[in-house]
Amino acid sequence: MNIEDTKIIGKYPDATGHFGKYGGRYVGETLMAALTDLEEAWIHAKTSPEFMQEFRSMLRNYAGRPTPLDYAKRLSDHIGGAQIYLKREDCAHTGAHKINNVVGQGLLAKKMGKKKVIAETGAGQHGVATATIAARFGMECKVFMGAEDVRRQAPNVQRMQLLGAEVIPVTSGTSTLKDAMNEALRYWVAEVEETFYIIGTVSGPHPYPEMVRDLQRVIGDEARQQMFDQVGRLPDQLIACVGGGSNAMGLFYPFLDDPCSMVGVEAAGLGVNTPQHAASISGGSPGALHGAMTYLLQNDEGQIHEAWSISAGLDYPGVGPEHALLHDLNRVHYEGITDQEAVDAFQMLCKYEGIIPALESSHALAFALKEAKKRSKDEILLVNLSGRGDKDLDHILNYLAEKKSEG
Amino acid sequence: MNRIDKTFAELKAQNKKALIGFLTAGDPDFETSFEILKTACTSGIDILELGIPFSDPTCDGPVIQVASERALKSGMSLTSTFKLAKKLRAEVETPIVIFSYYNPLFKYGLDRLAEKLDECGIDGVLIVDLPPEEAGPLRTAIADKDVHIIRLAAPTTTEKRLNMLVDGAGGFLYLITRTGVTGTGGLDHNVVAKHATAVKAISPLPICLGFGISSGEDTKRLAPFADGLVVGSALVKIIANATDKATLPGKIREKIIELRSGMDE
Repeated sequence: MNIEDTKIIGKYPDATGHFGKYGGRYVGETLMAALTDLEEAWIHAKTSPEFMQEFRSMLRNYAGRPTPLDYAKRLSDHIGGAQIYLKREDCAHTGAHKINNVVGQGLLAKKMGKKKVIAETGAGQHGVATATIAARFGMECKVFMGAEDVRRQAPNVQRMQLLGAEVIPVTSGTSTLKDAMNEALRYWVAEVEETFYIIGTVSGPHPYPEMVRDLQRVIGDEARQQMFDQVGRLPDQLIACVGGGSNAMGLFYPFLDDPCSMVGVEAAGLGVNTPQHAASISGGSPGALHGAMTYLLQNDEGQIHEAWSISAGLDYPGVGPEHALLHDLNRVHYEGITDQEAVDAFQMLCKYEGIIPALESSHALAFALKEAKKRSKDEILLVNLSGRGDKDLDHILNYLAEKKSEG
Repeated sequence: MNRIDKTFAELKAQNKKALIGFLTAGDPDFETSFEILKTACTSGIDILELGIPFSDPTCDGPVIQVASERALKSGMSLTSTFKLAKKLRAEVETPIVIFSYYNPLFKYGLDRLAEKLDECGIDGVLIVDLPPEEAGPLRTAIADKDVHIIRLAAPTTTEKRLNMLVDGAGGFLYLITRTGVTGTGGLDHNVVAKHATAVKAISPLPICLGFGISSGEDTKRLAPFADGLVVGSALVKIIANATDKATLPGKIREKIIELRSGMDE
């Protein structure tokens, strides 16, 4: 095989927005024109030096980039295997990688003359990031959030409201992230002329998966350069958690043609062999939802299952279509980490490095701890620490208290 | 000849317009649904749109969302929808169009779907979240069956795109009256009439208007501008509000007579 044939960067999606058999545009006719407009605007923006200059400048001065590449020496020594490096997205403004994407989409909304933005959110991180950028640009912002998540993530609801956004609790279906996305799509279809829909992950109809990936790849571009600058070589393995998969795509993408193995860590909840998990690739099958063909949690009749995870940000029954392709190509391996393993890793990072990680990122970390043990001391694992865990404190403390009373 | 084409040819000869009724399969349960559908087909609707219940109906308003939930809760699925359609086909000749989201059909398997559509006497499929760009595999699967893929056009559809949509399409063109999801209300008759007239000038197919049409007044005002009108949420609402299931077929019949009389005046 010609070496060029094995290259992945720049090859996907194709001109019709497909990643192999995944992706595409599975939406109602009313939205097709808006998606075509968005695609044209995005193609123009990403090739416009002026737009990219503005984007990079905002990432630097507003979002606090570049984020550090941090060697977790005490943790690595404790494990006694491979060396663990952390890409510290928790240090970005609003406390997670989500800001990268909303800065880009917010700028694009501005260029397209849209005065109103909407977003869906699960844990509230993308909602907070969207509310942040809406405030910065003086746009009207509505955030759709499952009523169940509104209850579970009260501090983020308050943040969004403080930032001037209207949080709309969604009570249809299962009242979680997938229903919030359903409702955002319903709202968008009615208000499509004036509204820009800021999707928070590498999912949804074309061009969203590609656009969000391109806006998030700054994570991997920085990390790759930082590896060379600080260590003098590439890492052996990249590890990131995958719900919809935007932090993972952002980290992985610039490394796809490098000799690094990659692991996307899905939330295994109470176990992939139980009904309570959110592992769409390991425990799902292909189907179309929220505008894209991808792996979904569903029954034999094509009805979507409710996802389950201790981490609200991974609690989604689908995954970005490019992950589906990378799985089929065997380029990225997808593994599950349970609630308990994630909580253990969370505590470990607090204790050994003085960093409180998000529960989402704790899944990636948990896999890294297992993997590091199997590897020698001269190998390097690069973990995307996608967000900080302040938002999860109540949840974790309750979980630990329950475990203690059971034990 | 496909029953849909036959129906439009007959209506045209009588100078009449088609009344298309949407009901969710299995709402509120299989047996009651069968009685409602049978009554609807013999009370004045010309084409039946049979909705496949789905867990995530992103193009539907609250009324049809809840209908989906009722049906799913009663144990309805695509498999049992086919049973329902087959049972109905044994009693009526009304054209049946499956109205669905893509995922249940895709998961069922498109080749298997094609066989089943044929076996149940289903005349068309309308998939709300499957634009022609993604419909290649379905077209291939049903190529040798007498089943139309019904396409949709929206107020946001450009003229260029409209020409693409009607090219090679069958049955009728479903023209969405307004931006938004399914549901009653929100119609500006004059705007819809103008849009329908413009599309009719381009479309070689009969055009049927849907979304927001709920009363005899609506059907009266809009019938002159289209070849057919689709009523969904207004019928489904009757099921949502029912206290006694046994009275449902009668109430559906009353509503259909009201809608029909508006059109036939």
